[in-house]
Amino acid sequence: MKEIAVVGVGNTKIGEWYDISLRELTDEAISKAIQSANIDPKEIGGTFVGSMSSGIFNQQEHLAALVGPHSGINAPAVRVENACASGGSALRVAMMAINAGFYDTALVVGVEKMTDLIDIGDVTTALGTAADGEWELGVGATFPALYALIMRAHMHKYGSTLEEFASVSVKNHKNGSLNPDAQFRKVVTMETVMNSRMIAEPVRLFDCSPVSDGAAAVILTAKDGAKKYTDDPIYIKGSGAGTDHIALHMRESLTSMQATKRAAETAFKMAKITPKDIDFIEVHDCFTVAEVITLEDLGFCKVGKGGKFSLDGETALNSTISVNPSGGLKSKGHPVGATGIYQVIEIFHQLRNEAGKRQVSKNDIGVTQNIGGSGASCVINVFSRGA
Amino acid sequence: MSVPRTWRNRRALYSLEGSKCQKCGKYYFPGRTRCLDCNTSGLENHNFSGTGKVATYSWVYTPPKGFNNRIPYCLAIVELDEGPKLTTQLVAVEEGDVEIGMPVEFSFRKISSEGDEGVITYGFKFRPKNYPNHLKKK
Repeated sequence: MKEIAVVGVGNTKIGEWYDISLRELTDEAISKAIQSANIDPKEIGGTFVGSMSSGIFNQQEHLAALVGPHSGINAPAVRVENACASGGSALRVAMMAINAGFYDTALVVGVEKMTDLIDIGDVTTALGTAADGEWELGVGATFPALYALIMRAHMHKYGSTLEEFASVSVKNHKNGSLNPDAQFRKVVTMETVMNSRMIAEPVRLFDCSPVSDGAAAVILTAKDGAKKYTDDPIYIKGSGAGTDHIALHMRESLTSMQATKRAAETAFKMAKITPKDIDFIEVHDCFTVAEVITLEDLGFCKVGKGGKFSLDGETALNSTISVNPSGGLKSKGHPVGATGIYQVIEIFHQLRNEAGKRQVSKNDIGVTQNIGGSGASCVINVFSRGA
Repeated sequence: MSVPRTWRNRRALYSLEGSKCQKCGKYYFPGRTRCLDCNTSGLENHNFSGTGKVATYSWVYTPPKGFNNRIPYCLAIVELDEGPKLTTQLVAVEEGDVEIGMPVEFSFRKISSEGDEGVITYGFKFRPKNYPNHLKKK
């Protein structure tokens, strides 16, 4: 793979933005990214938009044509959809286009504007479309319930505890309290998490990421031209993706994600690293159990011990490995199709020592892991400062 | 739910019809025409026995549209005796009754409805095996 650099980033704060439209969100993110890269919009060769479900959330498809031109970017545009991994997948497609020689420079935008749907049942159904429509959603599954099935299986198989899962939420809220762009900037206690409202037993409200609005944009360019836009580009050293059956019940394991393992194998091999080389990582903690399983699947701890690893503080900011310094999906927020791009932006700031109070001290190699659905899709990217 | 979708899936929903590979013996639910293991085409229909065991479960408090007539309800993955797993609801159980490994059996039930006057979808749910004599003696 030809090496690719991230030369500019921009995002909105994440929140419930009832008075801001989808195109206003993307315009804010794109404008900031263009400014950040100090680039003439005419130099952008192609636009890639990651979004999961604007058709249901906003009665709006054809996002590529809406988003680019509204911000004065008239490059050919396309939307990429891979459920909650739409952002990460759009980034990969943009990398492929640059590698194939179609463009030198690409704009990648992730967006989800979820609060146009007011009824929580409608939101639950919209998110449920990332599962198997006929054989999961159609018989009463919801996303919290699918992750509850995973969490229950993990507790049964490995003896993991509710306290271990709750520690993920507490840690991510602590990190998010230091992130000015996060939706929830409040520290929470174990008691708050473990006594919160039941959503899909054993998953409680504070095991779940929120419903969020947000847009994030990055500008990619081939390595050779990167210094033209910034003195401090960051480089994508490896990239991998994995795909598995959309339905949880069709997969080999209920307690491990093959898509994560496959994505990691490809990305780590390309970047010539092992998990031990990773200083910090943004993982897809849509539910606390997702972070626990990811820690195991990526080899940061023994299989079945991800919860204990978290409860013991090994994943806290500047401990053994800083996991979700941004606050993760739980605290930073989870505008589903934008999440994969927000993750990249966190890595960008961390690698450039721009992350303020949540700055990690060891910051040579940062990784993103973006899951789609209940684990059917996964995109993993490896970043560093050095070309 | 979409009427055409329910109609075309009626055999699977109403009687657990799936398929079986005549060559390697692997079972599929829902049914399919080509075996993913040995690549044999033209798989034959197979009606599952309808018994299995609970692989994992959850009690759902926040349902999607059309599923709010009993909150919480028990969602589970059931592993059929023939091998395949499916996602389903467990009925005739209360919170505390269900455990992983529990034997269950097919039960024909109402699945969802579109409001008071809309279409009702029927299909499979699972109940404790040997219902109604399944409850442990208090």
